[in-house]
Amino acid sequence: MFDYNFHWRPVMKSLPDLLEASLLTIQVAVLAMVLGIIIGLCLALTRLHLKGPLYWFASAWVELARNTPALFQLFFFGFGLGAFGLHLSPYFIVLAGLTFNCAGYLAENFRGGFQAVPETQLRASRSLGMTAWQAYTRVVIPQVFRIVYHPITNQMVWAVLMSSLGMLVGFRELSGETQFFASRTFRIFEYFAVTAVIYYVIVKIILLASRLLASRLFRY
Amino acid sequence: MIEIRDLHKYFGSLHVLKGIDLDVQKGEVLSVIGASGSGKSTLLYCINGLEPIQQGSVRVDGIDVHAKGTDINKLRTKLGMVFQQWNSFPHLTALENVALAPKIVKGKSRDEARDIAAKQLTHVGLGEKLNVFPSSLSGGQQQRLAIARALAMEPEYMLFDEATSALDPELVGEVLDTMRLLAEEGMTMICVTHEMGFARDVSDRVAFFHQGVMEEIGPPAQIFSEAQSEHTRKFLANVR
Ligand SMILES: Nc1ncnc2c1ncn2[C@@H]1O[C@H](COP(=O)(O)OP(=O)(O)O)[C@@H](O)[C@H]1O
Ligand SMILES: [Mg+2]
Repeated sequence: MFDYNFHWRPVMKSLPDLLEASLLTIQVAVLAMVLGIIIGLCLALTRLHLKGPLYWFASAWVELARNTPALFQLFFFGFGLGAFGLHLSPYFIVLAGLTFNCAGYLAENFRGGFQAVPETQLRASRSLGMTAWQAYTRVVIPQVFRIVYHPITNQMVWAVLMSSLGMLVGFRELSGETQFFASRTFRIFEYFAVTAVIYYVIVKIILLASRLLASRLFRY
Repeated sequence: MIEIRDLHKYFGSLHVLKGIDLDVQKGEVLSVIGASGSGKSTLLYCINGLEPIQQGSVRVDGIDVHAKGTDINKLRTKLGMVFQQWNSFPHLTALENVALAPKIVKGKSRDEARDIAAKQLTHVGLGEKLNVFPSSLSGGQQQRLAIARALAMEPEYMLFDEATSALDPELVGEVLDTMRLLAEEGMTMICVTHEMGFARDVSDRVAFFHQGVMEEIGPPAQIFSEAQSEHTRKFLANVR
């Protein structure tokens, strides 16, 4: 084991390909987050305000997303739907799986956020003549957003890391691409070490950007 | 003028207001007193349409608050309301708190809305606090902020729901003073209150509520010294 000779040259040669693949990683994570935020908001409001089938549907989504392995969720959109004859491309399998997972987690964060804003804020807004829409968009949601801001950042990091599961359904994002090169050159350790560094840097950039944005956004 | 006729309000099977008839004239200050749970807050919510009613009617300047075709948001701009919990918007500065509704409800320009807000904040004694966030204001200051926010809509009526009940005792005075100021300026006010001194000194009439019924209404002198109803006398004996 100690005779192992490190060979970094092949990794360095495919670094441009790895960096390009990491853009794909970021892209799919960002898209999943955007969709996850929109769907998560709908799920949260459904669970807060509706009863019956829609409530059950939203609750089932949240329960499954949070209480089953993310990998199984991905496999469902890959092999599960495949069994019913619906074949998604690896890109869409990962996008759908990540979106499903993020929406479920974010829905719970949003629900907590809405519950943390007192009902009386809504009453006070309506008493000033605001429509329900105005009261929500100008008074309630800005406060909720502040509460869920850090959970959203965490989820974004999680989405980037979780997208690495894509390599198991044949998606050549950062991990898939690494796996591809590693198995061709047998420099497995070197490839995954470099890729780990790339993930680390991406996550650090996200956290830094989030902190900078927060200091601009939140004045109170 | 506010005209309330045979108003009944239920929460499910709970009969909370049992046939209220009440007129409030322009310029009048009416205090509403009564035990907790007697329906005072609910009455205010029925006046500005925050709660639907099951029978009777409420008219504000002739407009039926609960009629289908009524533009309730427009009507509410005539009816300022101040709550027990002051409900400042924590994500906005004092100035933005007050400027928000004039801007988005009345369509004022940003500058106009800010001018109105600065004027109203100065009016309630917060001229020095324009750019401060509510979290660094005292309860009394936040309640005055809430009054300024309501006044910025240029309402013709003000509804106060126990505006001082949630305040530390030493902060009650500043809010009552602000309410007195409004009364002197001729604002039409309905004040649900536990401050008997205020009710006696400032109001034109005092209404006593008991279990969803308006038991008695009259000038302060009459209610406080020669109440007709046994319930009123008992209530007043307890609060003094
Ligand atoms: N949203 C509500 N749902 C059900 N019951 C309510 C609601 N609001 C008030 N009530 C009930 O209506 C009655 C009158 O309440 P309220 O008008 O708040 O009284 P007050 O302001 O005089 O203390 C109380 O019994 C109260 O429990
Ligand atoms: Mg009350």
